[in-house]
Amino acid sequence: MTRAELKQKKLDATAARVEGMTLPAGAPWAEALRQDALNRLLSMGLPQGRDEYWRWTRPDSLNAAEAPKAAVFVASEAPVFSGLDRIKIVFVDGVFDAEVSDALEGENLEIMRLSDALSSDIHWVKDAYGVQEKKAQDPVERPFATLNTAFATDGMVIRATGKVAKPVSLVYLHKKETSDAILHHVIRVDEGADLTVLENGPAAARFNKVMEVDVADKAAFHHVRAQGRDHERRAVTHVFATVGQEALFKSFTMTANGVLTRNEVFIDIVGDDSVAHVAGAAMGDGDFLHDDTVFITHDAERCESRQVFKKVLRNGAKAVFQGKILVKPEAQKTDGYQISQGLLLDDNSQFLAKPELEIYADDVACSHGSTVGAIDDEALFYLRSRGVPASDATDLLTLAFLAEAIEEIEDAAIAEDILHRLEGWLKRRRK
Amino acid sequence: MLEIKNLHVKLEEEDKQILKGVNLTVGEGEVHAIMGPNGSGKSTTSYVLSGRDGYVVTEGEVILDGENILELEPEERAAAGLFLAFQYPVEIPGVSNMTFLRTAVNAQRKARGEEELSATDFLKTVRAKAKSLQIDADMLKRPVNMGFSGGEKKRNEILQMAMLEPKLCILDETDSGLDVDAMKLVSEGVNALRDGKRSFVVITHYQRLLDHIKPDVVHIMYDGRIVKTGGPELALEVEHNGYADLLAEVEKA
Ligand SMILES: Nc1ncnc2c1ncn2[C@@H]1O[C@H](COP(=O)(O)OP(=O)(O)OP(=O)(O)O)[C@@H](O)[C@H]1O
Ligand SMILES: [Mg+2]
Repeated sequence: MTRAELKQKKLDATAARVEGMTLPAGAPWAEALRQDALNRLLSMGLPQGRDEYWRWTRPDSLNAAEAPKAAVFVASEAPVFSGLDRIKIVFVDGVFDAEVSDALEGENLEIMRLSDALSSDIHWVKDAYGVQEKKAQDPVERPFATLNTAFATDGMVIRATGKVAKPVSLVYLHKKETSDAILHHVIRVDEGADLTVLENGPAAARFNKVMEVDVADKAAFHHVRAQGRDHERRAVTHVFATVGQEALFKSFTMTANGVLTRNEVFIDIVGDDSVAHVAGAAMGDGDFLHDDTVFITHDAERCESRQVFKKVLRNGAKAVFQGKILVKPEAQKTDGYQISQGLLLDDNSQFLAKPELEIYADDVACSHGSTVGAIDDEALFYLRSRGVPASDATDLLTLAFLAEAIEEIEDAAIAEDILHRLEGWLKRRRK
Repeated sequence: MLEIKNLHVKLEEEDKQILKGVNLTVGEGEVHAIMGPNGSGKSTTSYVLSGRDGYVVTEGEVILDGENILELEPEERAAAGLFLAFQYPVEIPGVSNMTFLRTAVNAQRKARGEEELSATDFLKTVRAKAKSLQIDADMLKRPVNMGFSGGEKKRNEILQMAMLEPKLCILDETDSGLDVDAMKLVSEGVNALRDGKRSFVVITHYQRLLDHIKPDVVHIMYDGRIVKTGGPELALEVEHNGYADLLAEVEKA
């Protein structure tokens, strides 16, 4: 097939995929944004296995007309973050459930359901919904995010106007075996404001989620998410962030299990003297595919970015890291760091990495590294020689491997909670 | 306490015999020194005793307190009271020294059916012992041996030994890399553990350490065997004359 024929095939498949899906109703401006997204999607097409950034992660199940069935999983222990004082917002199979949620309010906080926001006339949302998603299509297309902008049925619009004491905790429950959820959150952290957003739970059999975050000058945004243990669920998520001057953006994701998880993060650092960190700890066992695709653009001076991704893999689990730091010509004194590492607990597992640096400024310090390896025999023996049983020693070294990523969580209680989950995951797999 | 009988060891990966019939008996409360030229098999002996992978025992036994430990896993040997201060202590990124110590102490207590130490008791003990070895709070917080100087690593080995209170301590060149003051500290640390019951095997190249830790017996290892055994004067002889005369004499015999 020629290129043109391939493209046409892709577009036909995309048209077939969205046929019968209707754009949610809303205010005229919102409907126009959705229509624009749909048009963009129909002209770019959904990903195919031959696309450059989809070679290692098959998009088929994400493209399928119906969500593949995923068994609902019931954990025996209390979910992550449940011990925290938080504003809890629950979605069941992708639908907001007010009954079991806290009131949508808090000091220095405006929260509104997406459908409400897109039906009214809130000026900042007009300039935010789908805007970062659209901008992030260049140089690499992210069609699932565009699909999301067009069809998202629910989500939250959150604005922090000052320091928000309690974290906003988005809880996603999965109850139906074939649920197909599309959520879109729009977040704005005003100048000098400070907001923490937590996310946890599997959400649905198939989950497409977009989060657009605008971090204004001198603002701070912390994001910690735990992707649910429902092994059979599939998820494709995008975080888009614009980071202003002297601002802070930090995002950490823990993923334990999941046949397919694709987490894309796209950060645009536009203000001088800012910091943006993205980190992830993924643990996979068996039929597991986890993909972090990260793109950080430095478009301002003296900014620092870090990408820290660690994956623990066993029983044939597979993980992918595609990460890029782009430093624009005017982004002098950029400090960019990127590390991606796979720890293989057996010979069947696989870690694939594509680290990229693209630098157009001359006065920058950027480093990147990617490694894949097994547990260090020397360290293991050292621990055992001190009386630590092999299985405990292996777990300790595995957690040590993840430590650099976990350290990216600033809040001690949240970090503790996450660490506890990782320990639990390892314990359940004791031989 | 420890009995090594006719120990023959070869490498797992290649057909190379390293130990060719080591015999050594260490009684309760005794201090034995092992000296010998580079490559004679001293570290190999200590590794085989502690159960490191990569070696195959082709003949012989190692009895610790009446039990043949060659069948045991490294952690079981540790719980049985064996401790090796490594010639090259291992760095472990991501595990704090404190966590390492607490995990080790509690694992051994658990293996022996004892209760775990409470966090406060553990802290108190560690702090006191660390202080006497001049190991500061920062070194306890840092990842195990990461960025430690050679001497700091060795002092850290002694701290582990002091915390674990083993029955048999093997010190593999713990004196190498130590300055004069550190040598004193380490020796004091070791001597503090001498209680008439605990036994020590001190592997060293220098008399200097033996000035501080007085051995009862000195052995010379050469080509995978203990070729000569004597009193403290044997170490002095090595210090003054080297190994040439000694080994020539052994070869003749
Ligand atoms: N894994 C290995 N592979 C190859 N050779 C080995 C291995 N381990 C030990 N050897 C060899 O076995 C011999 C004994 O080594 P060992 O480290 O026990 O000596 P040593 O007496 O401790 O020496 P030193 O005084 O230099 O520390 C040496 O020739 C060494 O090269
Ligand atoms: Mg040696």
